Amino acid sequence: MKNSIIRLENISKTYGDTKVLNELNLSIKKNEFLTLLGPSGCGKTTTLKIIGGFETPDEGNVYFEEQCINTLPPYKRKLNTVFQKYALFPNMNVFENIAFGLRIKKLPSLEIESCVKDVLNMVNLNGFEKRDISSLSGGQQQRVAIARAIVNKPDVLLLDEPLGALDLKLRKDMQIELKNIQKQLGITFIYVTHDQEEALTMSDTIVVMNNGLVQQIGSPVDIYNEPQNAFVADFIGESIIVDGIMHEDFVVEFIGHKFECLDKGFDKMEAVDVVIRPEDVKIVEKDAGKFNVVIDSVTFKGVHYEMVAHTDNVCDTKWLIHSTQKAVEGSTVGINLEPNDIHIMKKLSAEVGDSYEEK
Amino acid sequence: MKKNKSFCAYPYYVWMITFIVIPLLLVLWYALFKSENDSIVFTTEYIKRFFEPIYIQVFLRSIVLAVISTAICLVIGYPLAYILAGKTFKHKNMLMFLVIVPMWMNFLLRTYAWLTILEKNGILNQILRFLNLPTQNILYTNYAVILGMVYNYLPFMVLPLYTVLSKMDINLINAAEDLGANKLTVFKKVVFPLSLPGVVSGITMTFMPAVTTFVISKLLGGGQTTLIGDLIENQFKVANDWNFGSALSLILMVIILLSMRVMTKYEQENEGGGLF
Repeated sequence: MKNSIIRLENISKTYGDTKVLNELNLSIKKNEFLTLLGPSGCGKTTTLKIIGGFETPDEGNVYFEEQCINTLPPYKRKLNTVFQKYALFPNMNVFENIAFGLRIKKLPSLEIESCVKDVLNMVNLNGFEKRDISSLSGGQQQRVAIARAIVNKPDVLLLDEPLGALDLKLRKDMQIELKNIQKQLGITFIYVTHDQEEALTMSDTIVVMNNGLVQQIGSPVDIYNEPQNAFVADFIGESIIVDGIMHEDFVVEFIGHKFECLDKGFDKMEAVDVVIRPEDVKIVEKDAGKFNVVIDSVTFKGVHYEMVAHTDNVCDTKWLIHSTQKAVEGSTVGINLEPNDIHIMKKLSAEVGDSYEEK
Repeated sequence: MKKNKSFCAYPYYVWMITFIVIPLLLVLWYALFKSENDSIVFTTEYIKRFFEPIYIQVFLRSIVLAVISTAICLVIGYPLAYILAGKTFKHKNMLMFLVIVPMWMNFLLRTYAWLTILEKNGILNQILRFLNLPTQNILYTNYAVILGMVYNYLPFMVLPLYTVLSKMDINLINAAEDLGANKLTVFKKVVFPLSLPGVVSGITMTFMPAVTTFVISKLLGGGQTTLIGDLIENQFKVANDWNFGSALSLILMVIILLSMRVMTKYEQENEGGGLF
């Protein structure tokens, strides 16, 4: 690929008996904010470590600007990492931490001073130069870690769940700040997280991973609206997944009813996963919809009510409904589904399915 | 609850008063007071006697030998601890075991064992002769004393270093490499500075017994190299001059405490826990 800055080719990595990465292929474009998203143990951090040079792949190649860098040690790679637990040097103050990379490059001290000042300004820590690392809060340490990495002006910045240890409010602020920093610097960010909301907020491209396999690569909108399989659908946002049978193109049967849908190209009578987003479920009067459900519980969530309901026919399925309209607990209501609310997916392959069940 | 706890501490108070506070007071007493015509008078006579050239010489010799052997322990011990703390080293447990195993044996026996190795027709010289190399008479020299000190106190250097190095966050090393530091720079700028608390306690643990030893110098030095420890022992057991022996002990204690104070001050600046 032409625009790619980093390319992973058939990367496999095994720890003991577990295959952490299984023939991973990935191409990362210049100036892209790419997020590796998945549950813990899906191989996302290992992927990052392989790019950073802290792990060597058992098989496959890593390319940086089309040069194979498999054997290149970390200190020769033109990228920097923001580590999960910051990994700031406790024996140095803020200034020395940030200046570490510049001092190794043997820049003149005046230039180092002005560079450090600039990045401290960028991460809103003006005047923190002389502070001890241990005197900083988690959020401030996080900023120092980011400053220490970006001061070296890397082509690619790797971030390993950098906001994991921060509280919700701070995390949201930092998400926006990081995105701004990325735009300002115009460099590639490779971001690892298990937080789907974070991924959707910040990324240009999301790579959903599970069990060392890439499940889907796409923009946040694509991933959310058109998940490729039930795993992605479930991991990105909440969803209702029911078994269905594809009768013919545009007709699917589930919970004992036939529905019109927008999907085609399946075998006749093929078993499929039907995925419906809770916010797409429309509540109507009893018997006025396609089918009826009984409301089991209603929880107020701020922007909407979250309701759990079950169908009252033979195929007893749970329904999760997000609606601004409140229904009464224990009452029976009708449900309507528009054709574009129904997403049909091929059944998961056995391998992916197994791990999905474990979850 | 609180009452119960302080009650539990009483046996330890008794123990410490009996075996630490009282002996220390006795040392002070003997060093600073003497009986004269049935009356007890304060005197600095014994303290002053220490500053006679012959004793100063013994004292300096003790310091020099202890410093040399501590330095050798550090030079040998640091790489060993570094290797042991390495995550990838396969025979780690075995090597660790070998470091500790001599400590299971009696200190005297271990030191005696060196006699048979180093003596004129000992194992070392037999090997040298077999290889047609000139034989060495190391026994009863300063070299033998240093060898004995290094051999006996090396584990005390390795263990604190190992503890510090093995607890070091691998991410700090990764971070330094990530920022462009090669292995040598990582060591100089991150690993070594962060291991200083271990270096300080290793030096403390090695230097203190080395400077006060009298067994090693007696057995391996054969009375040729009198150290301050030997001198003190002689005052009590041979010369029967308890006052001067106590004065020597007191001076030695003060000097050790002062030097430890200096070390710990340095250590605290690096955020380590220390003796004080």
